[in-house]
Amino acid sequence: MTTDTRAADQTQTLDAPATADEGWRRRHLLDLDDFTVDELEQVMAATDTMKEVLSREVPRVPALRGTTVVTLFYENSTRTRTSFELAGKVLGADVINIAASASSVTKGESLVDTVQTLQAVGADVLVMRHSRSGAPYLAARHATCSVVNAGDGLHAHPTQALLDLYTMRSALGDVHGRKVVIVGDIMHSRVARSNMWALTALGAEVVVCGPPTLIPAGLGTTTAPASSPDARAFSPRRDSKEHPRMETELPPVRVETDLDRAVEGADVVMALRMQLERMHGGFVPGAREYSRLYQVNAERLARAKPGALVMHPGPMNEGIEISHEVAHGLQSRVEEQVANGVAVRMAVLWLVTRTGARGGIRAVGRGAL
Amino acid sequence: MTDALVMSPADIRRAVTRIAHEIVEHNRGTDGLVLVGMRTRGVPLAARIARAIEEFEGERVPTGSLDIGLYRDDLTERGPSVNIQPSELPDITGKRVVLVDDVLYTGRTVRAALDALADYGRPDAIELAVLVDRGHRELPIRADYVGKNIPTSQSDDVQVRLHEVDEEEYVRVAAGAGDTLRRSRTGAAS
Amino acid sequence: MSERLLIAGGRVVDPANGRDELADVLVEDGRIARVGHEIVADGARVIDASGLVVAPGFIDVHTHLREPGLEYKEDITSGTRAAARGGFTTVCAMPNTEPAMDTRSVVEFVLRAAGERAVVRVLPIGAVTRGRQGDELAELADLADAGCVAFSDDGAPVADATVMRRALEYATGLGLAVIDHCEEPSLTRDGVMHEGWVSTRLGLRGQPAAAEEAMVARDIALAEAVGAHVHIAHISTRGAVEAVRAAKARGVRVTAEVTPHHLTLTHEAVAFGADGRAAELAYETNAKVNPPLRSADDVAACIDGLADGTVDCVATDHAPHAVIEKLCEFDDAAFGISGLETAFALSMRLVHGGRLSLAALVERMTLGPARALGLERAVLGIGTLAEGAPADIVVLDPDAAWVVEPERFASKGKNTPLAGVELRGQVVATMAGGRLVFEREAALMAAGGTHG
Repeated sequence: MTTDTRAADQTQTLDAPATADEGWRRRHLLDLDDFTVDELEQVMAATDTMKEVLSREVPRVPALRGTTVVTLFYENSTRTRTSFELAGKVLGADVINIAASASSVTKGESLVDTVQTLQAVGADVLVMRHSRSGAPYLAARHATCSVVNAGDGLHAHPTQALLDLYTMRSALGDVHGRKVVIVGDIMHSRVARSNMWALTALGAEVVVCGPPTLIPAGLGTTTAPASSPDARAFSPRRDSKEHPRMETELPPVRVETDLDRAVEGADVVMALRMQLERMHGGFVPGAREYSRLYQVNAERLARAKPGALVMHPGPMNEGIEISHEVAHGLQSRVEEQVANGVAVRMAVLWLVTRTGARGGIRAVGRGAL
Repeated sequence: MTDALVMSPADIRRAVTRIAHEIVEHNRGTDGLVLVGMRTRGVPLAARIARAIEEFEGERVPTGSLDIGLYRDDLTERGPSVNIQPSELPDITGKRVVLVDDVLYTGRTVRAALDALADYGRPDAIELAVLVDRGHRELPIRADYVGKNIPTSQSDDVQVRLHEVDEEEYVRVAAGAGDTLRRSRTGAAS
Repeated sequence: MSERLLIAGGRVVDPANGRDELADVLVEDGRIARVGHEIVADGARVIDASGLVVAPGFIDVHTHLREPGLEYKEDITSGTRAAARGGFTTVCAMPNTEPAMDTRSVVEFVLRAAGERAVVRVLPIGAVTRGRQGDELAELADLADAGCVAFSDDGAPVADATVMRRALEYATGLGLAVIDHCEEPSLTRDGVMHEGWVSTRLGLRGQPAAAEEAMVARDIALAEAVGAHVHIAHISTRGAVEAVRAAKARGVRVTAEVTPHHLTLTHEAVAFGADGRAAELAYETNAKVNPPLRSADDVAACIDGLADGTVDCVATDHAPHAVIEKLCEFDDAAFGISGLETAFALSMRLVHGGRLSLAALVERMTLGPARALGLERAVLGIGTLAEGAPADIVVLDPDAAWVVEPERFASKGKNTPLAGVELRGQVVATMAGGRLVFEREAALMAAGGTHG
């Protein structure tokens, strides 16, 4: 469905109010696991516009004027936080950064308390990064403002996957039918999880590759395990019309432990950061063996399609999961990923604020969504 | 609910031709002229005006499209709130910009367009051309070129259809079909 | 007090005596005087049980009363009141209190407090090792003497196989079982839910089924080797159920219990809530429990095990926690479900689903637990409606529908994944030792009068 046709439909009621939830219903952005294709396309389309804004001499629009965006980072990340901060500022929002490690968290203030306090002082959007999977869900359950997940534990990093998707589409046009290989510590990677959801939703062929000890349970089983009739009777399935992706238990990816085989004919090779703790934590015998088997280097890249994209969420451990040559080579899209990050985050902030969710005393009198 | 045809395809064609002539006459030629169509239907209108100018003046006037989605306020009357598109503008600094839109109503959409244009450059002058002026201005904004003045009441719905974007071509007024919710000032949230 | 009570006209289900028929139950001086037809009892207060089921009071062999030391979560008063509301007339108190019930004096404290404040019978379970640290045996004979009916380090497994072996040998000499929380700790470190597709989807570290299966296999092998009785606490996996089945067939003295939640809920409850509602219930900490809620296949195996007697009884593993211990990030939340007040109704899903008869469920909640731990040695007639047995009776409405409202629990622990869920099956009244300790509606009791 092209945006032009949509516009035509909308002008049927030319003088109708711009209703808040027209076309975007999500107050929060927590994960991509239940995103429809339409929603993913909407984010991509909005990102196009945001890129145009960023290309101007004075990249500023008043779209989020009067909106307060608070970044609440329980885990350090200059890159992602700055990206969100810039995104908010380009849109004219007031941005406040809170490094939770420094503040009341150490005094023992609970997450729920922190969220409600920030909301009460006027946060309209809470951009959260947390070391615990599911923390943004807890926040969202107790907030009337919007919660945007900037990374929670091992679980999800939706804006990263969205910018990865945007980067791929910019180069390839469409990811449908394309082969995308994600290499590394899949088990502990929220970037991998979010990418798997987004890419499979849009029909890409996704292969995850890593040491068997770092492939999480259940991934790669081609069909969802059938529930026994007993359990079905006791746990009625959620309404898949409301949440169309819920029926898919895990993204339908292929699992490979041999990188040379996995990478054959790939359109995109995405290397994940291999953390030192894993290398010494008994998951793999050590850095040398890991890089021998799983490093994305020139020889392996030669087995992929000519001109295949090389991507990495950063920061890179050059020499471990990716060779220096490939990291800075012609096929690397790493810088583009970072650049696209601001535009994607602008799109996300724009979209979630269309729902009218607000913090502060302005929340009084508006129905909680 | 009565439904009146106000402009037929022929009426629209003549109005566009007249506006094109007026623009060129008022600006004493096409030097420095830039036509900027406002999404969505202002865009094909601007293109038609440019084509008309090219036919009788032999000059090509640069045209662009402007999406004001990121400049709207709660009360801006224009349609889709989430479907924003990139604007595409030629250089406007030092130029005479003619904004083109299909309907002029409260003026808030035009105000948003003026804000947007300011972020793209510094034109020497900005003028406004509309196919229909339906009255009920809420801001001190006026059109320099008008296809047709159509007095309406606030409950009327003015429907413009152009074949580049729609299946048909006309301007109709449906009495009483307009959405009076628009008049509610408690904010855009439904 | 020579009070006479007549529970008249109900469907009396007494597995010990093979009874399942309409009958009257006469209670005198806190004991079952007679069960028969059209009993005439002058001066007796009458409880009209027509349309209802009359059974022995339920016995829970696995309850955490939290007192001494953790009274902010629960205490003996609130815990036993919760038991009464759930239809339980006997609860076995697990020893993971603070201090642990690893010495006579703590056990005596618990029994004394129960004597003063409990509304139902409390039978203590002594710790296996000192401080439940898993190293040195506690003074098991002393604990048995003080009244402990079994030993357990529950909350934790007895991780060291040699310590477990010694405990089994020693306990068997005392005629008591060791109840083991079967979990191989090195496999479950950092794990917060079942390892499976849900844990992968939610990005939570998982506890594999193998962690339970490995420990169950170990305990069966040890029990077999030394000829001792091991009782498997809160069994939850197919592998463990099958191992117990095979061991029983070989004549090993192994018994097992299963919780109502492991019979009805799967790991999907963590992601989608107990009724699979939707994403807003993701990371439902009230579904965080140890052992974790498992796959549908594991649930099916547990149901089969309970039905064919491989699993001897239903036990709640009632684990109350304070609100703040659950209102936090999933990784940091406490493990446990407050289950006494929903146990019967949740278990009734098996009966309504045709997997178990009502009589069989009653057996698994009364005679089954009594026999599994040999409780009749502590209390003659427990779990039965035999003449002379203590008048521990529960009156049930197996079909009444109700919605779970944790705020109305008698337990201090409101931590249940069933909030807002409709269940079928209600406890109408509970009688402990002839005293009515819970009744849903006061109208149940006819004001005085005689029957006839």
